[in-house]
Amino acid sequence: MTALPPPTTKKLGLVIDLDICVGCHACAVACKEWNDGGQFGPLPDEHAYGKDPLGVWFNRVHTFEVQGTGNGEQGTQKSADMTVHFPRSCLHCETPDCVTVCPTGASYKRAEDGIVLVDEDKCIGCKLCSWACPYGAREYSQVRGVMQKCTLCVDRIYNETFDEIDRQPACVMACPTRARHFGDLGDADSAVSKLVAAREGYDLMPEMGYKPVNKYLPPRPRRDGCGSAPMHSAGKEEKVDLSTASPLLRWMDRILSR
Amino acid sequence: MHPAFSVIFFTVVSGCGFGLMIVLGLLLASGAGLLGRGEAMFALTLAGALAGAGLLSSMLHLGQPQRAWRALSQWRTSWLSREGVVSIITFAPLLVALWLLWRETNPDALRLCGLLLALSSALTLYCTAGIYSSLKTIRAWHNAYVLPGYLLLGLLGGGAWLWLIDAAASNGGRSLQIELAFATLLLALASAALKRGYWHFVDAPATASSVESATGLGRFGTVRAVEAPHTEENYLTQEMGFQLARKHARKLRGIASLLIGVVPALFALMALVLLHRHDSLIALRIGCAGVALLSVIAGTFVERWLFFAEAKHVVMLYYGAQRA
Repeated sequence: MTALPPPTTKKLGLVIDLDICVGCHACAVACKEWNDGGQFGPLPDEHAYGKDPLGVWFNRVHTFEVQGTGNGEQGTQKSADMTVHFPRSCLHCETPDCVTVCPTGASYKRAEDGIVLVDEDKCIGCKLCSWACPYGAREYSQVRGVMQKCTLCVDRIYNETFDEIDRQPACVMACPTRARHFGDLGDADSAVSKLVAAREGYDLMPEMGYKPVNKYLPPRPRRDGCGSAPMHSAGKEEKVDLSTASPLLRWMDRILSR
Repeated sequence: MHPAFSVIFFTVVSGCGFGLMIVLGLLLASGAGLLGRGEAMFALTLAGALAGAGLLSSMLHLGQPQRAWRALSQWRTSWLSREGVVSIITFAPLLVALWLLWRETNPDALRLCGLLLALSSALTLYCTAGIYSSLKTIRAWHNAYVLPGYLLLGLLGGGAWLWLIDAAASNGGRSLQIELAFATLLLALASAALKRGYWHFVDAPATASSVESATGLGRFGTVRAVEAPHTEENYLTQEMGFQLARKHARKLRGIASLLIGVVPALFALMALVLLHRHDSLIALRIGCAGVALLSVIAGTFVERWLFFAEAKHVVMLYYGAQRA
């Protein structure tokens, strides 16, 4: 049923710390690996070793550049320029249109924990849900003819054959910098909720009104001077003192300077 | 957005079919016997064939067409599902009307059928437009121009079809030539004017979402994508990142306006003038209607291709777009 369930008390999701993500893509690779063999797999690629490889990934790591505001002159505070690595995956929104636009009931939001899933046995591959998602969370598999998306590793997090510590999404397990956290964002006392409160975690594109469950933690302010390091010397002319150099070098400098 | 031919064909051809059903339904509902029996039966059959061909084509772009029946289940929330349900329901009054015309019985039931046919086919076009206008992620679709656009172009195509059928059928008998040519003239001008308004809206700078709101990094300064997650295309960049059309948008818009508005309006006008003087020239009447119809169909294809190809999706903010 593609009608949304009543608001869930349990809201499982991810918290992604943009301050410490180094953009290594380990989360994306671990996701691809687990889900290719997991309950919702496979995630086939088209001509993976050919000219135009194409395939479904649930997690993609972008890189953005932030040009700080202000120029430091006339008392304006210069904020640092930054490079921000930005993992992007399903946000398991509270009121997502990707669920309600589905004509078959294949796309659904679980009432018990808020996870948004696709029932691949019902999906007709009309692609409408991917059009409705502003976050690019859904990718269509040309090979399988159905829509696929992040499952929040629902086949890991409830898996009783795993040790308790391993009942987390593959991306969270793989992150070498602990930039990804998994938990119940509907519980104000959970570790992830406290982290969001302490670090002022935020929603992506709140103007869309889909109320994402996943939160992003902003980069912390850079230390003094960190963002204004003399990075721009490349364009300027180098000053070389030739007065102490050998006549041969002075002659070469003259020749090469022509 | 990637313009899939099967979807463009579907919206254009079934749009014509349902538009024709609206016109036929209203004529039947009026009960004045404005159409000949054979003509009405032929037009109803054609409308059903156009709508059916379009609906079948729309299933071709599905990844799992054999499961298409499942799409009828979620009419409570999904415009696509509603469209499927209503379009199938529309065939009931269509078939009953055909049967009544064939048996030449019960004119009151025929009038009722006509009314139901007009209503349900209009509702189908409403649902088709709803599929697109409900998507908040695509500004070019999520606006008030989309619904009247689908209705007007459906009516224009359907009206032009009936004009041609009537021109060919009305061999000296009672004819709706003047009315249909006049309707084509008005609908062509209204459609062209609406599309101009739509394109004006699409060209206005978008303000709702930006790369800053998509990443939440706007508080630190201006944001720019520097590196994509992958070196090759992926589903998102292929489906949502279509760019070819925007390069030729201006010319294609001109062509669409010409084919939807100017050409059919001119030929309708010509038909109105000439019909007044040489009522006997059947070839001329058919010619005017035929040119107008061909022009409308070609123009609607161009318009619909642009409707998809020009539409920008907000997800491209993650792939280098600055505003959406």
